[in-house]
Amino acid sequence: MGTAELRNIAKQIRYYTTDEIATLGVGHIGGSLSIADLLAVLYFKEMNVDPKNPNMENRDRLVVSKGHAGPAVYAALALKGYFPMEELKTLNVEGTNLPSHCDRTLTPGIDMTAGSLGQGISAAVGMAKASKILDNGARVYCIIGDGESQEGQVWEACMSAVQLKLDNLIVFMDYNKMQIDGTTEEIMSVANPAERFKAFGFNVYEIDGHDIDAIVASIDGAKQVKDKPTMVVLNTVKGKGISFVENALVDCHSMNFNAEQKAAALEELK
Amino acid sequence: MASKEIRGIFCDVLTEEMAKDKRIVVIDADLAKCNGTMGLRKIYPDRAFDVGIAEQNMAGIAAGMATCGMIPFISSFTPFATRRICDQISVSIALAKCNVKIVGSDPGITAQLNGATHMSVEDVGVVRSIPNIVIYEPVDAEQFRQAMPQIINYDGPVYIRMFRKAIDDVFTAPDYKFDLFKADTIKEGKDVTIFATGIMVQETMKALKTLEELGIDAEVINIHTIKPIDREAVIASAKKTRAVVVAENHNIIGGLGSAVAEVLGEECPTIMKRIGIKDRFGQVGKLPFLQEEYEMTDKHIVEAVKEVISKK
Ligand SMILES: Cc1ncc(C[n+]2csc(CCOP(=O)(O)OP(=O)(O)O)c2C)c(N)n1
Ligand SMILES: [Mg+2]
Repeated sequence: MGTAELRNIAKQIRYYTTDEIATLGVGHIGGSLSIADLLAVLYFKEMNVDPKNPNMENRDRLVVSKGHAGPAVYAALALKGYFPMEELKTLNVEGTNLPSHCDRTLTPGIDMTAGSLGQGISAAVGMAKASKILDNGARVYCIIGDGESQEGQVWEACMSAVQLKLDNLIVFMDYNKMQIDGTTEEIMSVANPAERFKAFGFNVYEIDGHDIDAIVASIDGAKQVKDKPTMVVLNTVKGKGISFVENALVDCHSMNFNAEQKAAALEELK
Repeated sequence: MASKEIRGIFCDVLTEEMAKDKRIVVIDADLAKCNGTMGLRKIYPDRAFDVGIAEQNMAGIAAGMATCGMIPFISSFTPFATRRICDQISVSIALAKCNVKIVGSDPGITAQLNGATHMSVEDVGVVRSIPNIVIYEPVDAEQFRQAMPQIINYDGPVYIRMFRKAIDDVFTAPDYKFDLFKADTIKEGKDVTIFATGIMVQETMKALKTLEELGIDAEVINIHTIKPIDREAVIASAKKTRAVVVAENHNIIGGLGSAVAEVLGEECPTIMKRIGIKDRFGQVGKLPFLQEEYEMTDKHIVEAVKEVISKK
């Protein structure tokens, strides 16, 4: 799939993510919208997956360690054909298969349960190691938050990914520079993440996280590297795509939507 | 009916006490906005701060500060304030006898739309089996307002299992006096004892109306301090009514139900029934749905009461 088509997919992911959250009236909009472009590339260009057979052996896997971005992942999964688009309306509704945080026991296509920050990346390391042992050629992708990277477990996982020479692991850090209580700079700096991960022994790229071509190029680059995991630092905008959400800055982490705001947001994403 | 939000009281009391006592510090892990402590940073910039999303580190920092005589309050959502930092609580705080106050918000099903990962069904069980730590769960604004200074004055680790929003007042009598280590008898009765904690106290109050209509005279006791449990209160009431129901917003394994059963089993075996989460994980939903789903409404309390009375 080419850049223009992927861009269009990313736009649709944003649209349906917002529709899910705004229909419910509340949700983690900011950190969902910031990874829409990445999800478009992963599901519609890179990942070897089969929506008709979500548990296909030897498939590539994605661990969304910042599990609160569930709504964006669900939009991508529905567009890919894992389940009907209609089901997106059930986000967080009683008895739903689409809960706030990703749950591998509920949603077809979700490879790991997450929501307690810092844990998913370790599971991704485990999956990458398993693929090595099984020698099945599967790649493991993982998305972590910048606030999430304040968890010590993230760095424990990073050390092990390097030590185990997991060149089939590609981790993306959503560097939107915001968390709940403030900016990451105010709360607990993770500044110069690229340098930090380099020092840990990763193959590192730092790119514009909304640039489809740059995301594709980083994955192409990762595939050429032997014996090292790759970390892609995505410079992103929290809430990307809806101006009033972007402008809410730190307050866009979780937002309420009334009917008017829903209409305005969807209009902008058309 | 409901006065101020519980987290508002948390912040109010801390604001007052921090002015009087320089030893009190407030540390958050990126949930200060949720837990109501953000405002303290303006007033006490050096004593109220964030460590980012790093709960284990937060617990360790607090323990270190406590060894220097400080009284740190650390907060997160209940699962991340307990099971995520279980070893730090055990070793750095409880074993090392460090005076740290741990605050977990959104206990049990009150995590609502945050779902299973954020719904602690096990936090009391985890903390209760660690020696040298007090577990307190507030019922309403007035009780919590009185509890906070006692918790600050108590020299040792305390886990506060804090529902953070507004909740109906229960303790409205002008002469209400709270004691951290004494159970609160809300209503005396002779047919059955309902031991309740947290939001299940309000649910029990609702059940009382139906019970009255059924001619059942229930005794209602709030066990706000789950550990150390007020053994005398449990035994005395069970001996009187000879039928017990325990209502809690937690797994029925490991929480107040277990604590009461332990006392009764050793001292005066009594027929009992536990209302709570029946060894299941949480899920997303609003509170009324979750209360039905997990059989934690006033109706379920009434049914349990009828059952234990019939088995007396
Ligand atoms: C262990 C743990 N602590 C706290 C939380 C509560 N929480 C959910 S999202 C969030 C902020 C996440 O910030 P970041 O990783 O930067 O995510 P993003 O900006 O991409 O939304 C916090 C503190 C949690 N889910 N897990
Ligand atoms: Mg962030």
